[in-house]
Amino acid sequence: MDFYRAHVLVCGGTGCTSSGSMQLIERFDEQLKEKGLDKEVKVVRTGCFGLCEAGPVVIVYPEGTFYSRVKPEDVDEIVSEHLLKGRKVQRLVYVDHATHESSVQKSLNEIGFYKQQERIALKNCGVIDPENIDEYIAFDGYKALAKALTEMTREQVIQEVIDSGLRGRGGGGFPTGKKWQFGYNSPADQKYIACNADEGDPGAFMDRSLLEGDPHAIIEAMAIGGYAIGASEGYIYVRAEYPIAVKRLQVAIEQAKEYGLLGDNIFGTDFCFDLHIRLGAGAFVCGEETALMNSIEGKRGEPRPRPPFPAVKGLFGKPTVLNNVETYANIPQIILKGAKWYSSIGTERSKGTKVFALGGKINNTGLVEIPMGTPLRTIIYDIGGGIPNGKKFKAVQTGGPSGGCIPADHLDIPIEYDTLIEIGSMMGSGGMIVMDEDNCMVDIARFFLDFTVDESCGKCTPCRIGTRRMLEILERIVDGKGEEGDIEKLETLAQNIKSTALCGLGQTAPNPVLSTLHYFRDEYEAHIKEKRCPAHHCQALLNYVISDKCRGCTLCAKACPAGAISGEVRHQHVIDTAKCLKCGACVEKCRFGAISKN
Amino acid sequence: MKSLAELEAIRAKTLENIAMRKENADAARVVVGMATCGIAAGARPVMLAFMDEIAKRSLEHVTVSQTGCVGMCRLEPMVDVYLPGQEKVTYVKVTPEMVGRIVAEHVVNGHPVEEYTIGAAE
Repeated sequence: MDFYRAHVLVCGGTGCTSSGSMQLIERFDEQLKEKGLDKEVKVVRTGCFGLCEAGPVVIVYPEGTFYSRVKPEDVDEIVSEHLLKGRKVQRLVYVDHATHESSVQKSLNEIGFYKQQERIALKNCGVIDPENIDEYIAFDGYKALAKALTEMTREQVIQEVIDSGLRGRGGGGFPTGKKWQFGYNSPADQKYIACNADEGDPGAFMDRSLLEGDPHAIIEAMAIGGYAIGASEGYIYVRAEYPIAVKRLQVAIEQAKEYGLLGDNIFGTDFCFDLHIRLGAGAFVCGEETALMNSIEGKRGEPRPRPPFPAVKGLFGKPTVLNNVETYANIPQIILKGAKWYSSIGTERSKGTKVFALGGKINNTGLVEIPMGTPLRTIIYDIGGGIPNGKKFKAVQTGGPSGGCIPADHLDIPIEYDTLIEIGSMMGSGGMIVMDEDNCMVDIARFFLDFTVDESCGKCTPCRIGTRRMLEILERIVDGKGEEGDIEKLETLAQNIKSTALCGLGQTAPNPVLSTLHYFRDEYEAHIKEKRCPAHHCQALLNYVISDKCRGCTLCAKACPAGAISGEVRHQHVIDTAKCLKCGACVEKCRFGAISKN
Repeated sequence: MKSLAELEAIRAKTLENIAMRKENADAARVVVGMATCGIAAGARPVMLAFMDEIAKRSLEHVTVSQTGCVGMCRLEPMVDVYLPGQEKVTYVKVTPEMVGRIVAEHVVNGHPVEEYTIGAAE
């Protein structure tokens, strides 16, 4: 055996890769070789650690030292100080936002960001090398598949999943075990199991991180699902925009085939299973199950009416069970540890954990996994570290373009499928965008509608034309041209689209508008009646003014690209609002804080 | 993959290599003083000898790490051994030849090698 006294784990998720973690790995390899430590210290590229805000992230074991924002030039110091002499590089050690405590003396799990989390789906992310099947196996990988195939009947596997209470993590929340049972009950010569990895919500990256950090878990779960429903083939539909995830999946599938964990007679049983990857070309609607299946078949990615449901008539006209990436990531754990264990986590009607991608105005941007029922406040303040720059929390958007906003009044509601729907939002796939007082809620609604208008496939009229009409009204409002009656028009359109659109995309597209109207109606009214944006966000509705704090230094006048600022030296300047482009260049230049928006 | 035993074999083998990444309360720790004084006194060959010995015996619950100067430079190379549930034992003026006994008697069997310890040297 090769004994390494230290492991250097470098995050290879998309977030850290884009901030240069691959250069770190090269530099580590180079430096370790130069110092003659390459036989003692092993460099491992892992999946996402979750704390993307602090990336690129490097963890050194056995001490478990957590280094954040490491630059290539820092590597030399880590090697010569920490790895050679055993002295931690204090200045690079992660410091907790909330407590300002350095993590030097703490293990990873005691850091505020991780302390409140419970990692089931993300259990291996940031722990193993995703391109090494042996490491996955070392952490109990493929044991669940072995157990299912050799000790359990197909019915028992399905029952276990039903009993666990696991519900679809893609957003809908349909009980996974039930879905499997429908697939099992549909008689056919050929069935398929499929994985929806077409993660398209703006700001969501749970599935990507899972595929990048623990691809074998998805493969194992799909094989278990295939066994349960009687499918010998599976398809993973993944976005082409996720190159790292695609590559790791390919590597993982190859390795699994080599080990005979995919292929014929797995674990010496009659069960044969094979997996294919299909790349999506970036259409949001292809995350809808019927559109996704059309796309896999090589047809145009458009939805079709249901029923028949895919479990009866899906891919190539055969019964197909389609689950989301995160749903699958829970399956091996459920089979290994049992339904009883899984259902002990979470709430009455939402079991287990949920992964959220925290983004927007939040200190700890990243990936978190919490037990169902955790209050929103815990996620935002304890794990997320609160709102940056001392700003006030305004709302959080969940469920992406299909979801809605949750305002500050509801910060203490437990996160679960049903409570979120009750307050007009939804679980969605797990994107969580935090907004502060500077965000205009009308503009947020416009942003999401703009997205759905772009992504509407155009097959059904309510979605194709209805959402466009809604967008036009919203654009009018943020431009300061809103009219009396616009709010009512929006509401009527929203209700009609919701009840008549063909698929989930159209049916949920009005949600961001409806929920912002519900909680922030006053902001809409201010835009329309007073031609004012309360958040000072909408360009058309704000004016820059110079107050008497102005010392007449002329810096702003020099910075103004439109020549809209005039005034004499040492005298208060004035902005000509007719010429002003509202670019904000003057605000940045002013040293006296004399220029404000109103 | 034809059997659970095969899977288990891979699991056990790989686990030895990555055990340090699991939170493990009953891990034994060998800590070698690797400040300038330690290195000058020959700490590196000592540490390599520990790694070698641990690898040979496939001791998966032992980690080897380094520490700085504790101020008794004249006694370097110094090595601390932490076993779960036991007091720390400090060995001084360690040479690669002493490593075999320390691992066999202390790390594996739990009996410190008295004559190499700091108590014996003082």
